[in-house]
Parts: sequence; C-alpha cells; structure tokens
Amino acid sequence: MFKNLIKTFLLTELGKGLSVTFRHLFVRKVTVQYPEEKAPQSPRFRGLHALRRYPNGEERCIACKLCEAVCPALAITIESDVADDGTRRTSRYDIDLFKCIYCGFCEEACPVDAIVETRIHEYHMESRGENIMTKDKLLAVGDKYADMIAADKAADAPYR
Amino acid sequence: MTALIDLLDRLIGVIGLPEFLHYVVLTSIKIVLVLVPLIIAVAYFTYAERKIIGYIQNRLGPNRVGWYGLLQPFADTLKMLLKEIVVPSNASPFLFFLAPLLSLMAAFAVWAVVPFSENFVIADIDAGLLYVLALTSMGVYGVIIAGWASNSKYAFLGAMRSAAQIVAYEIAMGFALVGVLMAGGSLNLSAIVLAQEGTSVLGWFVWPLFPLFMVYFISGLAETNRAPFDVAEGESEIVAGFHVEYSGIAFGLFFLAEYANMILITALTVIFFFGGWMSPFAGIPGLDGTFIGQSSFFWMAIKMAFFMFCFLWARATFPRYRYDQIMRLGWKVFLPVTIVWIAVEGVMVAAQIGPWAA
Repeated sequence: MFKNLIKTFLLTELGKGLSVTFRHLFVRKVTVQYPEEKAPQSPRFRGLHALRRYPNGEERCIACKLCEAVCPALAITIESDVADDGTRRTSRYDIDLFKCIYCGFCEEACPVDAIVETRIHEYHMESRGENIMTKDKLLAVGDKYADMIAADKAADAPYR
Repeated sequence: MTALIDLLDRLIGVIGLPEFLHYVVLTSIKIVLVLVPLIIAVAYFTYAERKIIGYIQNRLGPNRVGWYGLLQPFADTLKMLLKEIVVPSNASPFLFFLAPLLSLMAAFAVWAVVPFSENFVIADIDAGLLYVLALTSMGVYGVIIAGWASNSKYAFLGAMRSAAQIVAYEIAMGFALVGVLMAGGSLNLSAIVLAQEGTSVLGWFVWPLFPLFMVYFISGLAETNRAPFDVAEGESEIVAGFHVEYSGIAFGLFFLAEYANMILITALTVIFFFGGWMSPFAGIPGLDGTFIGQSSFFWMAIKMAFFMFCFLWARATFPRYRYDQIMRLGWKVFLPVTIVWIAVEGVMVAAQIGPWAA
C-alpha cells in the first residue's frame, strides 16, 4: 500500500508514458508524401475499368452479359447486336463509375478477359455524365494501357 | 530591452508631451512590444503543436506551406479571416460577439504584470499575483457567455463543464500560489523572481515547493482546458464544447485566447518556480561575464519554450480524463496536497530552514 502511494505521488506511470512518446519523437517517420512518393501497388489493384482487344485488334468482348449479371451494384448496362462481320458484339457497354463498387466480379466473370480493372486510380470528372464509361472510352483506356494490363495479367497468372 | 525602452523614452521626450501623455504613449509602445511577439508566438505555437504531435505519432506534420510548413500558421489565419461568421438564428448577437472578446481580453490583460526581465514589465504593481488570479478567473466569463449565447445544447454543456473545471482548479492553483507567496514574501511578480536570486539553480522555488509546482502545472493544464483535461472541448463527446457555433475569426479569437493562456501559464510557472529571467548558469566561474551566465529575457524564453513543449508532450501522451475523475483529482487530491505542503512550508518558514530568507 505504502509503495503504491509513493508510486502514485511520484507519477512514475505518467513518466513511463512520457518517455515512450519522447522516444517516438526521434523515430523514423512513416508518412508517404503522396504526389511525390507513392505506396506500392499490387498487380491485382482494382481501379478504372478497361475493355481489351486481341493482338490482331479484334474486340474481346462477345456480349455474353455475364458481367452485367454478376455486377452487385448494377453498374453495367449492355446491349448486343450483330456486327457487320456477322459476329455477336456489344452495341452499348456502359459502366456507371458512381454505382461501381470496384469489387472486380466483372473481371472474374468474363470468359474472354475482355473487361478488366486496371491499376489506374488517379482520375477525375469535371462535368455531369463523365461518370458513365461508354464502350469507346473503355476501349480507349484498354488501348492506351494495353501493355500495362497485359503485364499485370501475366504477373498475376501463376496465382489464378 | 532596457536600452530600447530608455531610447524610446528619450525619443518621446523630444516631442515634449505633457507628463501624462508621455506615460500613455510609452506604455502603449510597451503593450505593442509585448502583444505583437505574443501573437506571433501563438501562431507558431499552433505550428509547433501540429509538428511535435505529428513527430510523436511518427508522422511529419504540416510541411507543404513554405519551408517545412513554416508559413502554415499564416495560411490558417488567412483562411479564418476570410470565412463567414455564422450567427445561430436564436443566438443573442451581442453576447455572442462579446464572449470571444471577453476571453481574449482576460488572456491578454494578464501580460501587463508579467516581468520579462529585470527592468521590462508593463505595470510593476505590488498586488501582481492577486491581479493574475483575478484575471485568469475572468477568462471563464468568456467561456460561459459563449456557451449560453450560442443557444446550443453542446455549447451549453461544454461551457458548464469548462466553468466547473476552471473553478475547481482555480482553488488548487490559488493554494499553490499561496506557497509561492510565503516563500517569496511578496505579491509583486518581479520581487518573487528576485527572491529566487543568489544561489543559481538551487535558489529556485521548485526544489522546496516541488509538490506545489506539480499541482500548479497540472492545474495549469486543466485551467487552459488542455489535454488530458480537455473535456470542455471533448471532440469525441460534445463536438467542440463551448465554441461549436463559432466560425471564422470569432472562433479564431477563442483559439488565440486559449493559446495565449497556455503561454501565460508557462510564463507564470517560470516566474513562480524557475527563477524567471535568471540564468541557470549564474555563479559558475568562467561563464559569469558571458551571455550564458547573464540573466536576460533569453533565459525566460528558453524556460517557457520547455514548458510549452511539455504542454504538447502531455497532449500527445495522455488519454482524456473522465469528468468525475477530473473533479476527484481537483478536490480530493490537489487540494489536500497543497494544504499539507503549505503547512509544512509554514513550519519551515517559522523555523527559518529553507533557501529563502523569510
């Protein structure tokens, strides 16, 4: 009891706490200074969507609508038609980025690896309606980052 | 500092004002000389707070505005000046705007009796210590009026908590100062500092009055509503306490008053217990004639900076007290401790043992 009283009045426990925080003053800081430094990203990162093409330039998507069916947020709208060469193609492929929850189910469901989520996450919209990714926009993203998407797919392939 | 005041004195003398006006002008200049550095100190205290707490939490703190974020306080001030001041629809506008001014007035007015060095004090009054106690109690009016005039439940709750807390700790604080008064033998702050002169560090009142110093400093934390006693703000419980309804520069004034009060508590701690402007190296041969051995405002600033760091250090370390625990600590721990120590000190003074000549 007496020992406890001395401990209380000399504030030993408080002193211990203070020494811990004081030591942390000199610890190496963990802040990642975002625009200049970036945290490492996994090849599985699920960011902005893209539609891919085969190496010969043919669209992969066959309008099977599995992604539309699996999408838990109902963010995907697909209409299909017969293309000029007689193949089944989408005439409309819209993803509403405001509805999308970036779960990656569309990518999982796709039998031809057409729709993918890329590692792009720094994008923005400046006016209404830009949140709808139309087929043209999705294909443009796919074309622009084709190499990156292929490399990420290859890196992840052994684990699938 | 003294030379500067003398120079100003003579410069004003050249104009040839009547004696009364001469005094008013000289005092006004002294007030500006105290308040402008004080406001800048408050600005950089907020910066230091964010930086030091950041470092303690392994973060970097603000570092984008200016070199290492040094212009951050000015960016903050500019932001607050430009923001709209929203008056709640059922608030009483007169009291609503009176409250921040009241707390700011109390926080600034105390600096009149704080001696910064042997010859620099705005008002060298003999009842300085009573003046300090009176004006620090005035600060609570700003808080209560703010909480009442806002016509908001949270503001009202915060104001009640804050008022009860300040009143409770005022008593322990007052008793701690009674100990200083007995040791120093004067109510004049300069005289209290001078009573600690002589035997260098050993003459300071911390050593004989150590329990009173601890009580005073912790009460100081509670008086200024700082963590771990910040239930008046308690952002996790009652949003922001008495100043929830304040925005823009009206909030900024509360902020300024709070930080000015914190700096004031450090200044008073240094004056009462750590020998004010005295150099801790006085009397050491070889250092005596040099800048380090000399008593000056420099030493007071260094000691104040250390206690300001302690304020931030405590905030970064301790979790918030529960309200009933705060009351228990104030009434059932601090009050008995101070009373016992005053009794012990009374015996020491009567028996003439101790570093002071009573």
